[in-house]
Amino acid sequence: MSIFVNKNTRVVVQGITGKEGMFHTRQCMAYGTQIVAGVTPGKGGQSLDDIPVFNTVRDAVDKTQPNCSMLFVPPAFAADAIVEAVEAGIELIIVITEGIPVLDMLKIKRYLHGKKTRMIGPNCPGIITPGECKVGIMPGHIHQPGGPIGVVSRSGTLTYEVVYQLSNHHIGQTTCIGIGGDPIQGTQFIDVLEAFEKDADTKGIVMVGEIGGQAEEQAAEFVLKNMKKPVVGFVAGLTAPPGRRMGHAGAIISGGTGTAQSKISVMREKGIHVCENLGRLGEMCADVFSQYLK
Amino acid sequence: MKIHEYQAKELFRLYQIPVPNGNVASTVQEAMDAAKTMENNFPMVVKAQIHAGGRGKGGGVKLAKSLEELQTFSETILGMQLVTHQTGKEGKLVRKVLIEQGLTIQKEFYLGIIIDREKASIVIMASTAGGMDIEKVAEEHPEQIIKVCIDPLMGIQPCHARQLAYSLDIPASAMKSFTKLVFSSYLLFLEKDCSLLEINPLVYTAAGEWIALDAKVTIDDNSLFRHPEFKEYRDIYEEDPLEVEASTYKLNYINMDGNLGNIVNGAGLAMATMDMIKQAGAEPANFLDVGGGATQEMVEQAFKIILKDTKVKGILINIFGGILRCDVFAQGVVKAAQKTSINVPVIVRMEGTNVTEGRRILNESGLSLITAIDIKDASQKVAQLMI
Repeated sequence: MSIFVNKNTRVVVQGITGKEGMFHTRQCMAYGTQIVAGVTPGKGGQSLDDIPVFNTVRDAVDKTQPNCSMLFVPPAFAADAIVEAVEAGIELIIVITEGIPVLDMLKIKRYLHGKKTRMIGPNCPGIITPGECKVGIMPGHIHQPGGPIGVVSRSGTLTYEVVYQLSNHHIGQTTCIGIGGDPIQGTQFIDVLEAFEKDADTKGIVMVGEIGGQAEEQAAEFVLKNMKKPVVGFVAGLTAPPGRRMGHAGAIISGGTGTAQSKISVMREKGIHVCENLGRLGEMCADVFSQYLK
Repeated sequence: MKIHEYQAKELFRLYQIPVPNGNVASTVQEAMDAAKTMENNFPMVVKAQIHAGGRGKGGGVKLAKSLEELQTFSETILGMQLVTHQTGKEGKLVRKVLIEQGLTIQKEFYLGIIIDREKASIVIMASTAGGMDIEKVAEEHPEQIIKVCIDPLMGIQPCHARQLAYSLDIPASAMKSFTKLVFSSYLLFLEKDCSLLEINPLVYTAAGEWIALDAKVTIDDNSLFRHPEFKEYRDIYEEDPLEVEASTYKLNYINMDGNLGNIVNGAGLAMATMDMIKQAGAEPANFLDVGGGATQEMVEQAFKIILKDTKVKGILINIFGGILRCDVFAQGVVKAAQKTSINVPVIVRMEGTNVTEGRRILNESGLSLITAIDIKDASQKVAQLMI
């Protein structure tokens, strides 16, 4: 089993004719993901390889029945594209786009409240259920199918590093999710932790955080109160200077809150196995999850 | 993007948020002229314009009671290296001062608008503890700060302003003007894509008027594509010269105090790499994220920028190729090495898409690179190199 995506997931790519959209659509196809349609307004009727391109998400849904969207639309048009996908009934929207204004995301977040659509991102690498379905820009080959570990992270390449170490230690993954580096996220740590806790095949979780906000602290509280499965944690940014945006819009220590040190101590307090040294994360997981590994 | 107080006040005027009569000046003569246009109606305030708080405590804000005093203060402040708790010990060079009309203050308040990421909404904060360090107030007396959350879809309602006004115990006669002020501030925040708007202090004058005595506005970097008007607001003198250069190549670079330079792809991995350098006993000289779509030219420029930093005694490259292919990156490294004389040791750790090809390019380049097989190995090699 897995969470959010599996071999039956049918994907429509919004912004499929752009450079990034095209490249990653092909990468996902090559991994085995069912990409059933693409959408670019004005380019309906064209196709990418054998994938039909439509003018609207509604057309794509009517003709090809996707349930998931992978979105590469540029920042200026991203909010509009998300609304279009929601109204066409897409259940899961993966927003890869980086650089969407935060006020746009505030509105989208509120708009999504109470709707059945889940959004992951923005500014995220996407989601992968190894061996079944990759909806995102991560390198597929570093993943090891079959579980038993779920991975959730605010980062992109740092997630690849973590997954790579897991696979090197022969620790497979059920599903790996990048929730994105922006201050406002469609899906948060807690949503993913909750889903992993319910997933029978996931036996343990690796949670990768970074400086800024209170999401890691809230997740730690959730772990203590609601989870039986072991969680290994990592937080990037121990050396980050306060007040500076460290690449990600959400990675900023402001007003003395959101430091890596304070996150790490709260996570430890609430029972998360925190690894402070990235080079040893794989070893630590092998140790903490040993009883679930073959 | 941070902007200056005088620029924030320009925005305030645009939104009918009252600010003191004032003019910005780059020279003492301009400062004197500014005073003249305000009919030499003393007292006036001379305020240093730098992108940092705590200017008053650092000696960057002075009250002038005469033209002579105004001249003296302008002479002192213009060109001074102003040190505050936010500038670092080297301080910041003051290139502009704001000359403003002095006011008779009856009461000081605080008004701020921010984005609360946990609540996913805009929050308006107000306090009677105006003119104080609000972060300190929040820490020591959180009950003195009133917060109202605004639904991003509904927008601000009169009830929000009322809630603030009653909590602040504002006199009935000032209610209407206060509501207008709060609404205008909120509208400015929305329309100009602010990530922070702060009026500290917001003063209520003896004449019964609200005036924003100070103004601090930060614009959401992600929104700049729809605000061409802010291009001229960018003050590159407030930024580190290497950071300005890096930004022209779309490199995410932050200069730090250490001596081990590093080039990484992805912000999270870059932060984790800096941490790893520190744990290995060295200090990172920078944060540098070449991004997912780095081209050969960007990699080349990344090298050049790091090598321009004279503190740098070694470089660690940590690349996890996803979108960025290792072969493309390796070609960039080789090109950069050919064009720039790399006179410091370079440790390379590379993994991911097309890594075999990338390693081959580096091996056959004839460059003397120290190869690390993984993060742990890289960390040990950093330790050997730096200690």
